[in-house]
Amino acid sequence: MSAESYPAIMDQKADIMRASVGIDYAKYTTGPLSFDYEAMLADTGYDLDAIRDIQARTAVGDTPLVELKNLTELVRAVSEPGKGARLFVKDEAANPSGSFKDRRASLSAYEAKKKGYPGIAAATSGNYGAAVASQAAKAGLGCIIVQEAFDSQGIAQPEIAEKTRACEAYGAEVVRLSVGPELFYYFLIVLKETGFFNASLYTPYSILGIETLGHELALQVKAREGRFPDMVVATHAGGGNVTGTARGLIKAGAADTQMVAASVDLAGLHMASDRDFNRKSFTTGHTGFSVPFSTWPDRADVPRNAARSLRYMDRFVTVTQGEVFYVTEALAAVEGMERGPAGNTSLAAAFAIARQMDKEQIIVVQETEYTGAGKHPLGQLNLAKQMGIDVRRGDPVENQPGKAIVIPEHPSQIQPVEMDLDRIRRSYLRNALDSLAEGESVTEADVAFLAAETKTDPTYVREAIESHERKKR
Amino acid sequence: MQRAVKNTWVEIGGIVLEKDERSPKLPDDTQQVPLEMRVKGFLLSDAKIGGAAEIATPTGRTVKGTLTEINPAYTHMFGSPIPELSPIAKEIRVILAERGKAS
Repeated sequence: MSAESYPAIMDQKADIMRASVGIDYAKYTTGPLSFDYEAMLADTGYDLDAIRDIQARTAVGDTPLVELKNLTELVRAVSEPGKGARLFVKDEAANPSGSFKDRRASLSAYEAKKKGYPGIAAATSGNYGAAVASQAAKAGLGCIIVQEAFDSQGIAQPEIAEKTRACEAYGAEVVRLSVGPELFYYFLIVLKETGFFNASLYTPYSILGIETLGHELALQVKAREGRFPDMVVATHAGGGNVTGTARGLIKAGAADTQMVAASVDLAGLHMASDRDFNRKSFTTGHTGFSVPFSTWPDRADVPRNAARSLRYMDRFVTVTQGEVFYVTEALAAVEGMERGPAGNTSLAAAFAIARQMDKEQIIVVQETEYTGAGKHPLGQLNLAKQMGIDVRRGDPVENQPGKAIVIPEHPSQIQPVEMDLDRIRRSYLRNALDSLAEGESVTEADVAFLAAETKTDPTYVREAIESHERKKR
Repeated sequence: MQRAVKNTWVEIGGIVLEKDERSPKLPDDTQQVPLEMRVKGFLLSDAKIGGAAEIATPTGRTVKGTLTEINPAYTHMFGSPIPELSPIAKEIRVILAERGKAS
């Protein structure tokens, strides 16, 4: 379809990216590994007040904080006496396109308009596409969304099919591709051809846009309860949600609030596999993104990813697909809130974690997403059955990604699995050290940077470096 | 063969990369199939299903391909209720009712 081959386009990646994002990433370099993260964010020129103002113009943000009193009762029904924290949820489905992703898209659309780009484009199969399309519609900008949408049999993932429809409803052009990472190749062709702004999920604009979410929820809890929440749980994929929310919490003064990242466990399914594509009942918020992006954020489409989740997370847990579907049913049944399953990943984790916390404690699930045909447990599970996946009631420990979706028989069976953060941090450090060019070595600036990157200290980093060098010898 | 006239909303498709042009770093199953593309827009001239077609997309891009569908439908849906999910609401209400009685 294009005159330019895969290698030819990939060779132009740096130039196309620079033109389409308008950021000179090289100038933030401070060492062989380190760069000035805060300066990269600050140089956008948008502080929290400015962002809130921009978002308010398009009715983004300021979403309700809802106390889930009946779900809290359900937690307490399966907890020891005195246990069962109060559950709250930030109803982000109230944003214009139905998810918190509007926050991420808002600054990109604003920046694109301000700088005179003719349109904005994004490579995304999820809610972010609808958000970019919605923001583009409001700003009067052209919009192209490139999706990984169907397998080689032509079967579309129902959640992505719904997103195709939503983007087209907002007037966007949607390019649907079959499975494979070369989506990025086509995306570069689109950017080169159109000169559109790249509304990447990983630019400073995208991350700064989420800070308002953490900030808002901290102040909402404070206003209502006189104190900050004890814990916030965020669904974790590429890292933006965790990063932006945690930064917003810190800016609100809620630095002691525990930040928990939660992902759906899809271990064993290959993200670039044509066969596995429709055996995943979740298209985001899963370990296929969260593990690689936690351990190496700069695998993103921009040179320096602004989403750096390891800097902010205190815990990282996984839940099963069956547990999330169960909690999605529960939220509708006893809270009267029918919301999309992907956004309920953090709710499933929070539900189980709340059992271990004291009754007086407060835990906030920081998002919901809209629901609809395809983007719903029924659409996903009907496809799963069609693909030969065993859907049954039972103990979720029997869940096997791509083979069996086990819906809990009782809420007491919801048990998130704790990820070993030490292992994740060491894996990040290994990846960082392996990225050093031949002849380069780690500087003092790098050690301080790596400590911040992993939320550890220089001693931890030095010990990891020595251990890495021992292994190489 | 179904024909569509100029200015009809259609979907076209094509191969972006043949399997031997694809990224070398792919799982075996993906490596064995081409990278395909589908995009919708308004036909620039009459075309028939399976034949060459050219469209103007909503952003005004001109894209060439093979006509795959005329006025393409959205076919994703909720589908049948899932028997493994259907009893959950009632089960939870029973747990809450029992807790209400106990307290």
